Amino acid sequence: MNKLYIGIDIGSISTKGVVIDDDNNIIASKYLWTEGSPINATKKVIASLKETLDEKNIDKQIYGIGTTGSARNLIGSILNANIIKNEITAHAIGTLSVFPNVRTILEIGGQDSKLIILRNGVVIDYAMNTLCAAGTGAFLSSQAKRLGVEIEDLGKLAKLSKKPSKIAARCTVFAESDLVHKAQIGHTKEDLIAGICNSVVQNYLNNLAKGKRIEDTVVFQGGVSKNEGVVYAFEKALNKKVHVDQNSHLMGALGIAIISKNANKNGTRLDFDFNIQDVSFKTVGKECKGCSNNCEVVSIYKNDILIDKMGGRCDKGNYIKHIG
Amino acid sequence: MENKKYRVSFPHIGNYMYPIYNLLDKLIDKETAEIILAPKITTNTIDLGAKASPDFVCVPFKYNMGNFIEALENGANFLIQAGGGCRYGYYGEVQEQILRDMGYEFTYINLLDPEGLKPEKLFKRLKKLNKNLKFSRFVYAFLLTIKSIEILDDFETYMRDNYVYIDKKEEVNKLHLEFLEHLKNLSNLNELYKIKREYFKKLKSLKLNKNKPDVIRVGIVGELYTSMEPFSTFFLEKELANMNVAVKRYTTVTYLLFKKGKALKKLLKSSSKYITYALGADGTESVAHTLELIDKGYDGIIHIKPFGCTPEVNAMPILQKISNEYNIPIMYLTFDAQTSRTGLATRLEAFYDMLKMKKEQKENIKPLEVKNETEIKEKRYINDNNKKEYRLQN
Repeated sequence: MNKLYIGIDIGSISTKGVVIDDDNNIIASKYLWTEGSPINATKKVIASLKETLDEKNIDKQIYGIGTTGSARNLIGSILNANIIKNEITAHAIGTLSVFPNVRTILEIGGQDSKLIILRNGVVIDYAMNTLCAAGTGAFLSSQAKRLGVEIEDLGKLAKLSKKPSKIAARCTVFAESDLVHKAQIGHTKEDLIAGICNSVVQNYLNNLAKGKRIEDTVVFQGGVSKNEGVVYAFEKALNKKVHVDQNSHLMGALGIAIISKNANKNGTRLDFDFNIQDVSFKTVGKECKGCSNNCEVVSIYKNDILIDKMGGRCDKGNYIKHIG
Repeated sequence: MENKKYRVSFPHIGNYMYPIYNLLDKLIDKETAEIILAPKITTNTIDLGAKASPDFVCVPFKYNMGNFIEALENGANFLIQAGGGCRYGYYGEVQEQILRDMGYEFTYINLLDPEGLKPEKLFKRLKKLNKNLKFSRFVYAFLLTIKSIEILDDFETYMRDNYVYIDKKEEVNKLHLEFLEHLKNLSNLNELYKIKREYFKKLKSLKLNKNKPDVIRVGIVGELYTSMEPFSTFFLEKELANMNVAVKRYTTVTYLLFKKGKALKKLLKSSSKYITYALGADGTESVAHTLELIDKGYDGIIHIKPFGCTPEVNAMPILQKISNEYNIPIMYLTFDAQTSRTGLATRLEAFYDMLKMKKEQKENIKPLEVKNETEIKEKRYINDNNKKEYRLQN
């Protein structure tokens, strides 16, 4: 009998789900847009995973559920996950299972970018973008929209460029005005797109990789790794082979699934119902009036029964009666 | 109740309000003056402060402004500021002007001079508050405050070092609060020493569970306000303590006022490999203390600063170099007036996981045997030659 583990990575832009077996093989996976509703996205992901498992005629015995990504706490409590972990650890573990010799992980997601440095299979340093979302997927997708190009086609078009436009890398606002100027003086769409890809890479290297040693094996992942233009720009800037796994967008979910496997030391089967599509989840945000911090405490209801509260700075808000 | 003529208030930083309250309580003339404590810092404080401050000024300015506005709203009319070090030293005048432009009326004095603490000048300024203030009384109150700040710092340093190992967290928190209350109402040095003896005895009698597994030791270096005011870093130290981390921090008021001046030469010497000149404000300390923490075998360093803090920005590339050469993780955190702690929680959790995994791996290979100080120094120089991964060598 096969034990299965679920990993869900709920990012700001996209939600990823995988089901793995004991040998970390991905048996089912789903990638879709979060569209500002992590709960609905998760429901869809779970439904799709179930469908795949049913098609393959696999017994759905779940022994671990893990959540990661920016909505990890919310979804973790909805799915009753046995582990909730940050995305940096999840990404490192996921990537190590595919590339055991990885020493550098470049990760660009929808709203954040990370650089993870590993030696001998252990994370020894990492950096994460801090103040703004410049040079991330959000920037790419807004610029694609401005140029009237589907985001999926960006990579292909960038590769056609012979002479990429120079686009400022530091700040999205500057980059955007550069882009408009260059477009108005007649640069081709391909050159502009290749320029944007270069600017994302420059931004990444100047902000995150500052002073860090990027050594082989370099793995690039996250949603933006699907953009060949950015991959190419990275290879050129680093002068190194940049590996992109076919599941590079799923690494966080894979990692958290593996972590959930390791966390379930007793090997007890979890009581998990795949039919959460029919369950109604409701979140109610209320300001706690316990002190003048006015924390926004979110209460989560499953079929109108309160299952969790979160968001308070102290325990007061998380248990306080008057926020129902 | 009739309002007194002078209603004195001052901005908060950490728990220093207790000794400062006590100091003012000794100095003012109770007939004509009273102390109005600024309300505890909350999100409201920083909202008010940020609204009244230039956008690009660093965040301590904004917190101070919030404190002042809340105090003025509560009826204060005599504000005291203590600035110094970096551009913080010029904040007083700007804050005074902004508050006057906002229509508040008050008297304003600064405790510190640009060159540091000058008791005789300070005495003159405090005369504004109490005409009959005797120099002897001032000196005594001043000494009492210095001593109580020192003892407060000792107490909290012990807490930071050992909080993770104490199983009865509630007791230590209770003890801490009681101790602080005492500092607020001291009449003389004897009483202070009595309280010191009593509370240190109680504190040290709490059993330390030193065998606790998974404890990580982290040092905090960086700018002074974010180091000492927990609200400004979303209670970073408390978060760490709850995550099984023992925290070391050098920056305290005692250090800044009384040790920093003498320490500078020594610090420059101990970090001469990386810096020749002082970096300004606490930048030199950030570098030198990082090296010291590495020597002491700490697992990781967290460097904190407000957004736009120039001295600490100066220190960062050097810290980066140290991080590479000693193979020690340093996390850089920047704080501004934002009030969501989600991002910080993610980074802290990841930092903890990383240090833990690293430590486990190190233990699996071979622990670094360190016998005495000289040997540590030697290791450091060996390390200078073959740079990296010395801790992983067999």
